[in-house]
Amino acid sequence: MSEDLKILDEVTNSEYKYGFVSNIESDNAPKGLDESTVRFISAKKNEPEWLLEWRLKAFRHWLTMVEPTWPNVHYPQIDFQDIIYYSAPKKKPTLNSLDELDPEIKATFDKLGISLIEQQRLAGVAVDAVIDSVSVKTTFRESLRELGIIFCSFSEAVQDHPDLIKKYLGSVVPATDNFYAALNSAVFSDGSFCYIPQGVRCPMELSTYFRINSAGTGQFERTLIVAEEGAFVSYLEGCTAPMRDENQLHAAVVEIVSHTDATVKYSTVQNWYPGDKNGKGGIYNFVTKRGICLGDRAKISWTQVETGSAITWKYPSVILKGDYSVGEFYSVAVTNNMQQADTGTKMIHIGKKTKSIIISKGISCGKSQNSYRGLVRIGKKAENARNFSQCDSLLIGDKCGAHTFPYIEVGNKTAKVEHEATTSKVGEDQIFYCNQRGISTEDAVNLIVNGYCKEVFNQLPMEFAVEAQKLLAISLEGSVG
Amino acid sequence: MSTLTKYQTANTAFVQEAEVFADLYGKTQPALTAIRKQAMAAFTKRGIPTMKHEEWKYVNLSSIAQTEYRTASPADSQKVSKSDVEQYRFAGKDAILCVIENGKLNVAVSSMSNVPKGVGIGGIDDFSSDAAVMNHLFTHASYEEEAMVALNTMLCYSPIIIKVDAKVKCDTVIQLVFATVPGVDPLLIPARVLVIAGDESEFTVVESFHTHGSGALTFTNSVSEVVVGKAARVHYTKVQVEADEAQHINYHKVNMARDSYQHLTTLTLGGAIVRNNLNIRLDDEQVNAYLNGLYVLNGKQVIDNHTLVDHAMPNCYSNELYKGIIGDQAQGVFNGKIWVREDAQKTNAYQSNKNLLLSNQASMNTKPQLEIYADDVKCSHGATTGQLDDEALFYLRARGIGETVARSLLNHAFAADVIEQVENETLRESLMQLLDVKLSALQIEA
Repeated sequence: MSEDLKILDEVTNSEYKYGFVSNIESDNAPKGLDESTVRFISAKKNEPEWLLEWRLKAFRHWLTMVEPTWPNVHYPQIDFQDIIYYSAPKKKPTLNSLDELDPEIKATFDKLGISLIEQQRLAGVAVDAVIDSVSVKTTFRESLRELGIIFCSFSEAVQDHPDLIKKYLGSVVPATDNFYAALNSAVFSDGSFCYIPQGVRCPMELSTYFRINSAGTGQFERTLIVAEEGAFVSYLEGCTAPMRDENQLHAAVVEIVSHTDATVKYSTVQNWYPGDKNGKGGIYNFVTKRGICLGDRAKISWTQVETGSAITWKYPSVILKGDYSVGEFYSVAVTNNMQQADTGTKMIHIGKKTKSIIISKGISCGKSQNSYRGLVRIGKKAENARNFSQCDSLLIGDKCGAHTFPYIEVGNKTAKVEHEATTSKVGEDQIFYCNQRGISTEDAVNLIVNGYCKEVFNQLPMEFAVEAQKLLAISLEGSVG
Repeated sequence: MSTLTKYQTANTAFVQEAEVFADLYGKTQPALTAIRKQAMAAFTKRGIPTMKHEEWKYVNLSSIAQTEYRTASPADSQKVSKSDVEQYRFAGKDAILCVIENGKLNVAVSSMSNVPKGVGIGGIDDFSSDAAVMNHLFTHASYEEEAMVALNTMLCYSPIIIKVDAKVKCDTVIQLVFATVPGVDPLLIPARVLVIAGDESEFTVVESFHTHGSGALTFTNSVSEVVVGKAARVHYTKVQVEADEAQHINYHKVNMARDSYQHLTTLTLGGAIVRNNLNIRLDDEQVNAYLNGLYVLNGKQVIDNHTLVDHAMPNCYSNELYKGIIGDQAQGVFNGKIWVREDAQKTNAYQSNKNLLLSNQASMNTKPQLEIYADDVKCSHGATTGQLDDEALFYLRARGIGETVARSLLNHAFAADVIEQVENETLRESLMQLLDVKLSALQIEA
């Protein structure tokens, strides 16, 4: 076996590090989906009437929709009646301090390497940890409340801030937007809500960790972030899931509203279980993420590092409505073994002098398929809009694929739109250069790939950047083109 | 009548017409009966594509579905005279001129006396005993996958065939003049070309589409199939200068054998709805393919360029350059796909699409697409859409050149890039003239 093959073999054999099942008793809804499931979830959460109506409307619309087939991904038909739509840890902890946290949950976090205490003390990150739908612990809430920042689980927000929820829920991603958004709107169990009042700069990074725990449960999270005039927030989201043989469905919705002069920075690292090397198991990650720059000079920035999931299917988008508003998208997507990713962004320019930048880096290894699909639309009234897109793909191994589907629609002559894409493998000359200087082939590849992703990693908050680099190293472990 | 039923009515009408044609003319072409039947089945299944079809997302064909077309038959031929066609000559007096009038070769007005030895040009009757030709006829463009190819396959009874024998180098340009003569009723013109380039041959072909006279609507549905033999070199130019209201959909399928070379230029200036589908298959190693395109639109023109470069084998090179100038309320579409199949290692593919928008009602939708299933490749694409560079404009104005002149100079320079790559000088100059006429018709907004 040549060196290359040996190293490639090692990569394909590296096991998923985070595969373990926490033994927490769950309070499950019965399998299957009909109006009673929706009512069950709504009742469980003690929701007001209008929200139930909203869910039911979404559900009824969902029934009329068909599953989209246009993404460049292949999977067996999902049986939506074979999913448990609600699962909450039975001992619902109402905690005053971290000591009261269920030791099992705490151990889970420790295994993930995101010890809450550690995070709280060292990093100054407020973590809203979500295990299987119910938000378990929200930290740092007190200090945030002093500034008027609301950072809590979605169900709490429904109880405590119904006006805000009513105003913004579904305002960016309508309940009827697409098949999976409609499904989410009908059965979403929990999520995070974040509200930054006018003129406040959030002093710390807000962070949520999602984890799918029980077998056979779908995770339907809903995140809503609202930044009032002149506010600033940086929001982080991380995801891991234990090893399970059945494919699990994850259909989340994230909505961001950025008012005049406000900035929202949303970063995510996703390393859910990708399935084993034969493509068995793994998460289906079908997510709708969208932000709207409502006011002038508003800004929304998406940064994502996607290394997990059997199938990733998401397009974090920005609607640039306010004049001079800015949308950014930075992405690294790594696929290995039998993983499939169809991801990208949409930048909808409506306001004058709006700007957007798209940097997408795809890395495919093994037998995986990695697609970039993006839309840049310059509306008729978007005078002097500007877009720059760059989509690079790196191929490692001769059985994988890298694809680019950029849609560029320009309706205004003053627009300046540029798109460029390249596809190549790690250069033999680059590796040779490193080898000559005593760097092993494995380290060389890591070095080169890290350099290739640097542009995106630079956008991540520090703690995340470290994690992202580690994840990349695991995903690529010793790989050579 | 809803739009959908209009599509259905049009589809049924086309199939009925195909059945009538099969009875009338089919008996003389028994070799093609089976293929026509399959094409008819495929068209019945697919029908005229709607905008819901991903590949037809930006082009609305409802105006085609809504028009009651009659398919051109041999009776619609022989209306142009020899002196009429001289104005369509693009490659000098010596060039071979084949006039295809409403889909049928009109030998009487063509200039085919100087066809050199080793080159054969004619209709299906001239080649019916040539098994090599008959085996290629109607087999390369996929009627199974493309409804509009199916439409052509089931309705076209007079394909034009060009065959160049092995090792023949033909210096004389072969120009196919497609003269569309509108009649009293709207007319569908199925035109078909088969070009067979023998091993190591080299020659130049020009396809030009014109509207001759005026009358009811015309819809040209053309399919060209080009088989490029080993180490053959083919220079191919397609020129579209039909009338402003003409509808035109064409498919161009090229199969390239080992060590072959082709240079294909598509110039689109006329027509209300024009769709150019190019499908270039690099079928063996060491193939070089160049695809260049230029489209200059004004009024309410809609022009869609769909190209597929199919890298099926390793060690090939392809280079694609498409440029567009879009004025008034015109719409441009570019969809360029580079497909590198599994094991097509060492592929080198390059694609560039640049567009100038001249007016605020103009729009451009571009989708440069890469699908890559091999790892040792170098593929890149770039796409830009914008307006003229202010600094370039300032430079010219600072030297005393008026704004309008400066703008047309820059527009010309932008577009000329594509035409300058045409090898034959006479042809290049003719194309340049066509371009300048069109550019001067564009409204230049400051």
